Amino acid sequence: MALKEKKTVKDILFEIAIYSFFTLFTLLCIFPFYYIFISSISSNALVDRGAIFFYPRSIHLSNYVSVFKIKTLPQAAFISVARTVIGTGLSIIAASFMGYCMSKPEYWHRKLVYRFIIATMYFNAGVVPLYLTYRMLGLIDNFLVYVLPCLNQSFNMVLCKTYMESIPGSLEESAEIDGAGYFMRYMRIILPLSMPILATIAIFAAVGQWNAFMDTVLYMTSTKYFTLQYTLNLYLKKATALADILKTDSAAAQNMNLDTMLTAESTRYTITMVTIIPVLMIYPFFQRYFIKGIMIGAVKG
Amino acid sequence: MTEAVRPPARKTAKGNQLMNGRRRAGRILFAMSAPFLIATLLFCYVPMFGWLYSFVNYKAGFSLFSSRWVGLKYFAMPFSNFVLRDEFLRVMRNTLITSGYHLLGSPLPLFFAIFLSEIKFVRYRKSVQILTTVPNFVSWVIVYSVVHSLLSLDGFVNHFLQMLGLTADPINFMATSKGVWITQWGYGTWKGLGWASIMYMSAIAGIDQELYEAASIDGADRFQKMWHITVPGLLGTYFVLLMIDIGHILSNGMEQYYVFENAMNHDKIEVLDLFVYNQGISGNNISYATAVGMFKSVVSLGLLFFANNLSKAVRGDSIF
Repeated sequence: MALKEKKTVKDILFEIAIYSFFTLFTLLCIFPFYYIFISSISSNALVDRGAIFFYPRSIHLSNYVSVFKIKTLPQAAFISVARTVIGTGLSIIAASFMGYCMSKPEYWHRKLVYRFIIATMYFNAGVVPLYLTYRMLGLIDNFLVYVLPCLNQSFNMVLCKTYMESIPGSLEESAEIDGAGYFMRYMRIILPLSMPILATIAIFAAVGQWNAFMDTVLYMTSTKYFTLQYTLNLYLKKATALADILKTDSAAAQNMNLDTMLTAESTRYTITMVTIIPVLMIYPFFQRYFIKGIMIGAVKG
Repeated sequence: MTEAVRPPARKTAKGNQLMNGRRRAGRILFAMSAPFLIATLLFCYVPMFGWLYSFVNYKAGFSLFSSRWVGLKYFAMPFSNFVLRDEFLRVMRNTLITSGYHLLGSPLPLFFAIFLSEIKFVRYRKSVQILTTVPNFVSWVIVYSVVHSLLSLDGFVNHFLQMLGLTADPINFMATSKGVWITQWGYGTWKGLGWASIMYMSAIAGIDQELYEAASIDGADRFQKMWHITVPGLLGTYFVLLMIDIGHILSNGMEQYYVFENAMNHDKIEVLDLFVYNQGISGNNISYATAVGMFKSVVSLGLLFFANNLSKAVRGDSIF
């Protein structure tokens, strides 16, 4: 790299090839989201005719108001937000507190307990036994099934433990002499110092919770606890049935303007946007945490 | 370390007290962490007892203990019953082909990273890296929605082809039994390629720059440097990831295939994980599904150990 070399024909061809490949692939990654976005804000009549390709036409935002008039959607959004907030909180508490405990040599039978937790990374009982266990515990059709499993954090626990072991012990000792118990020291000294690792864990936990889909499929039957992801899937699979509901449900109440009246397609596009906007919004800001996350994973994995 | 320092203190009465204090403190800490340990017990260990369901003739509404013990009947079923055997072989075929495509595509992120790192225009390189990782952070439902908006009968591609006059009738890309495995692989690659390459990008950053300089002095061109320095420098990372993939040959995951499954592609898309769900939770064949799931878990664990030992033999280092 230090030496400037003269570019050969081969070099130039190679440059053209990689630039075009990466430009194409990046477009392939981004264009679908852009297309869904412009379709959600364009005139619904034009979208229905398939006249929207690369730029929005007759822009309106009424779809974003209309979809929240569909009965199940505000509830689904609420459940999604609730599970993301609670699940992320529980994940952080569990990972950091267990990590703290495991960094203490005086912990009762520490090695045994550590192995007890670590072993769970290498086996799992499978879908059906897990379902039966949740049923036994009364977690089927229960909001808690979304968040309680977050209490079990083996991998993130290891990350926290490693991080906390690097915090100088003298900080805690001085607090101990001042009479602070474990909980106080964990809250006041260890947690604030562990913020970088906790931020990384939180961001992954939050995206995981927001995107979680299979647990609704497996453990929920009542519409009360359906998440946005699950609702979107229902609407994707039952597009025509949905269109009928919309026609009788919301459109009758509104003015019958074809450009802004919800159609099956515009509903799909709009709900998709509602579901990804939170992720797309936080991604650029937390991108370095994501990258850090995969690197920690690489060292440990 | 602490244990090594402590013992001399034990001799005095005060040291004894201190020791007892620490022991008590350790127990208090244990008590404080009990809720989390109970959660681990309930959500990871208790379900293991569910494997017992594969040995009984379980009917909904009965308890495990009032069900009749049938031994290995459900494990033998794919061998004794023709219909079930064909079904099981079909599911195994889907699983292995799906994993096979995945394994064949596993060098892609490596080359993605090598070529991307050849780009010297930093802004462009960073943008590509950020934008290509976005699909990794959306769920499979969203991927389905994306594919739907592009490839369905009313999707972008069909409308576009019709506008250009290339096709008269829309092509149904999604509800077809043709090319199921390769398209599913394609969706997975679209979602994961950028993300998977990040690990290689940082491995490239870790390669000693002097190697490149020495090679330049020896007259190597960029392709020779890529092939003889960068690629060997990434093989270690590649090998570890490959071993993990081998451990997951039977576990394709289920979300992707669940959302993309339809009546047309069902026979080809149904992988082992999805089959267990379809049998056990949808079909209520609890015992048979548990047996199949258990078979999968045991074989996967075996593969994991195999991969780990292979790694030890080849690289002299275990992956776990």
